[in-house]
Amino acid sequence: MAKASEIIKLIQKKHKKAIIEAQEFRGDPIVIVKKDKLLEVCEFLQKEKKLLFNLLVDVTAVDFLPYKRKPRFDVVYILVSVDHDHRLILKTQVDEGEKVPSVYSLWKSANFPEREVYDMFGIEFEGHPDLRRILMWPGFEYYPLRKDFPVKGFDFDKKWDPETIRENVFKY
Amino acid sequence: MGIESYLPEGFVLTTTLEKLVGWARGNSVWPCTFGLACCAIEMMATSLAHYDIARFGSEVFRPSPRQSDLMIVAGTLTKKMSPMVKTIYEQISDPKWVIAMGACASCGGIFQTYAVVQGVDQVIPVDVYLPGCPPRPEGLLAALMKIQERAKNERFRDRPDIVTEEDIKKYCIQRNIPEKIEAAI
Repeated sequence: MAKASEIIKLIQKKHKKAIIEAQEFRGDPIVIVKKDKLLEVCEFLQKEKKLLFNLLVDVTAVDFLPYKRKPRFDVVYILVSVDHDHRLILKTQVDEGEKVPSVYSLWKSANFPEREVYDMFGIEFEGHPDLRRILMWPGFEYYPLRKDFPVKGFDFDKKWDPETIRENVFKY
Repeated sequence: MGIESYLPEGFVLTTTLEKLVGWARGNSVWPCTFGLACCAIEMMATSLAHYDIARFGSEVFRPSPRQSDLMIVAGTLTKKMSPMVKTIYEQISDPKWVIAMGACASCGGIFQTYAVVQGVDQVIPVDVYLPGCPPRPEGLLAALMKIQERAKNERFRDRPDIVTEEDIKKYCIQRNIPEKIEAAI
């Protein structure tokens, strides 16, 4: 089990230019990389003998709209090495309308979480084999986990008619 | 054994047809196997040995809506699930009853969000609202007894189960069913 600082050092040694920021939080390393270098770094993390991150636990995103940050979103990858028993939180920054390279080619478990991020935040993944909505029905117009979307939605007080989405749901 | 042992041979009992039919319907209300969230766990507990819904003649949870009389909407109804719930309700043959079990099914409960239907009465007609989060099995039994009461005291003319031609046309247009099938119905 390598220490967080050692993991950060290993990544910094190989991909100095790709890293925007690297820090340690409660024993786990957090590394923020540039979006266009993401695949390169991920491949290195997976293949390097001392790191060997062979399990992608989750892909998720954070919306920084209230902070008026640019680029707006963080896409977060949580990686675990089963062999070495250490983990890494990898982040990349993306603005509205931009695409992120999909890591499906490296970890097959990226399939559903990336669809979920697309469904909830509207971030598109380039190279994903089947980028459809996963939680909401097809034809739903909004991205619910974005900060500018009200929790109650836009038709909360209206009577709900299931016939409006019947075709879309059964077509799935 | 029963009432017949107190009566002379060749006995006759007089009652109304409504009461006889209501008595039969009310004592064998078969629910549909249908759970949406945590309330379904309480529904299962109700059907097991400790609370034993069999005492009320409702132990037969049917996996097909075509064989059941009662729909227990047990849990949170999401908007994505609502067309399926409506379809299941329509497939239950008359007479049919609906219990909205729990806060979520009754009014949306704690889920005041974009994805949850705020009460199943927006989708299907509800006979008994059962509050609680989740309600205890005793609560579900109380709701079932309300349904039984309703079934036993129901007048035939109170139940609007006569399907008119207009209803069929409306249904066919809604579901894009061709007119040939319409004639078959």
